[in-house]
Amino acid sequence: MIKFLEFTGRPFILLIEEFGKILRLFLSTVSWLFRPPFRIHVIFKQMEFVGVGSLPVVLITGAFTGMVLAIQTYYGFKMFGGESLVGAIVALSMTRELGPAITALMVTGRTGSSMAAEIGTMRVTEQIDALYTMSVSPVQYLIMPRVLAGIVMLPILTVTSDFIGILGGYFVGVHVLKVNSGIFIARIIEFVSIYDVFNGLIKSAFFGFILSLVGCYKGFYTTGGAAGVGRATTQAVVYASVSILISDYFLTAIMF
Amino acid sequence: MKITLENISKSFGRQKVLDELNLTLESKKITVIIGQSGGGKSVLLKHIIGLVKPDSGRILVDGIDISTLNEAELNETRKYFGMLFQDAALFDSMTVGENVAFPLKEHRQLSKKEMKQIVTEKLLQVGLTDITEKMPSELSGGMRKRVGLARALALDPKIILFDEPTTGLDPIMCDAIDRLIVETQQNTGSTCVVISHDIESTFKIAHKIAMLYKGKIIAYGTPEDIRSSNNPALRQFVECKFNPDTV
Repeated sequence: MIKFLEFTGRPFILLIEEFGKILRLFLSTVSWLFRPPFRIHVIFKQMEFVGVGSLPVVLITGAFTGMVLAIQTYYGFKMFGGESLVGAIVALSMTRELGPAITALMVTGRTGSSMAAEIGTMRVTEQIDALYTMSVSPVQYLIMPRVLAGIVMLPILTVTSDFIGILGGYFVGVHVLKVNSGIFIARIIEFVSIYDVFNGLIKSAFFGFILSLVGCYKGFYTTGGAAGVGRATTQAVVYASVSILISDYFLTAIMF
Repeated sequence: MKITLENISKSFGRQKVLDELNLTLESKKITVIIGQSGGGKSVLLKHIIGLVKPDSGRILVDGIDISTLNEAELNETRKYFGMLFQDAALFDSMTVGENVAFPLKEHRQLSKKEMKQIVTEKLLQVGLTDITEKMPSELSGGMRKRVGLARALALDPKIILFDEPTTGLDPIMCDAIDRLIVETQQNTGSTCVVISHDIESTFKIAHKIAMLYKGKIIAYGTPEDIRSSNNPALRQFVECKFNPDTV
């Protein structure tokens, strides 16, 4: 009986322990946001890495998402004569859902993994211990700038993805599928409100927070040398992606 | 600065690494802590700088118990320390110059010119010139350790900790690092604590030697005291003989 309880209880205890550690890291990160020294150059460097560095991949995925959405919507809606709604559907889908979600998943693959790998390597090669010995908080120096960059840059990347996705949808809808340009744009103006864009950006800021915190957390608690770094990187991407998609459902249910 | 460890115990899970350990590290001397690999030497060193907190016991640095300090107080105390890690722990993303300048940037208000001057001076102190623009990945093991030492010396620490400074180096480089430790101690007048399992090197550099065995300090004294000790575990270690009874 005791062995059974141990067997079933262990994963639960580990889950609580993991949750406690990530919560502590989060609180520590928040507290370091408001305490000096403020290393602006480190924050900008991370913003550049998360934002500027991710721009090409976000532009490509955003454009093709909008384009494929236009094709799918056109042929689906043509069955009951609703082709004129292609523009509205592309714009609504991009701003409310696909822009934030696809951008977050792409950035998770690119920078969430990189954060886990870089911080994880620093952990196993004692560079994080070295920071402590030099009286520098690793949470303030390594984690806070990355989390802040994630929260700030994801909405900027998302709004870019939204725009390029709608542009891609316009190109395919108007130039390939021959939907009337005026109608395409008129339907967007008619059906899409500023709140759709705004709520999508709030979601993306939350996704940016998740992907950066999970990436940093997995890296920060890496153990076991090179194999441990590999494990942490994979887990960072998987956990962050799953968390983004689950939280997406709940945020959408609350907002729209 | 004198360091006193009083009744330090530390366990990881069910494994007891330090067991009611007592040790006093004398000011302005080189103390080498020897012991088997995996015997808790690095854990002991990390206790001294507050990277690991003991389960029980006190760590007194100049009379202040650092095991009770909060993060901010501990950071203030750590400014008196410099530490050379086993693999140097240089920041991969920074050049050699940036690595050595890092503690200065963080804790001193200096102009770029002053900082550059100190970096050059510290690198010269460890026998290196013209490598400030190189990345750590371009350096050999011995050079990395020298740069690590230059970084540890940047804030003119009163206590310098060395975690297995000669491990993984060829005999000539080992000798060079040993000389560097002695010269650094003489030039700076600092308290040096060296973790090692290199007996030859230990006898060359140590003013005092402490032997860590099964979580306790089983011998402490001058190199002569250690050489003449009859403790079987110590004799085995010093003479490098395999004795299954003491394992």
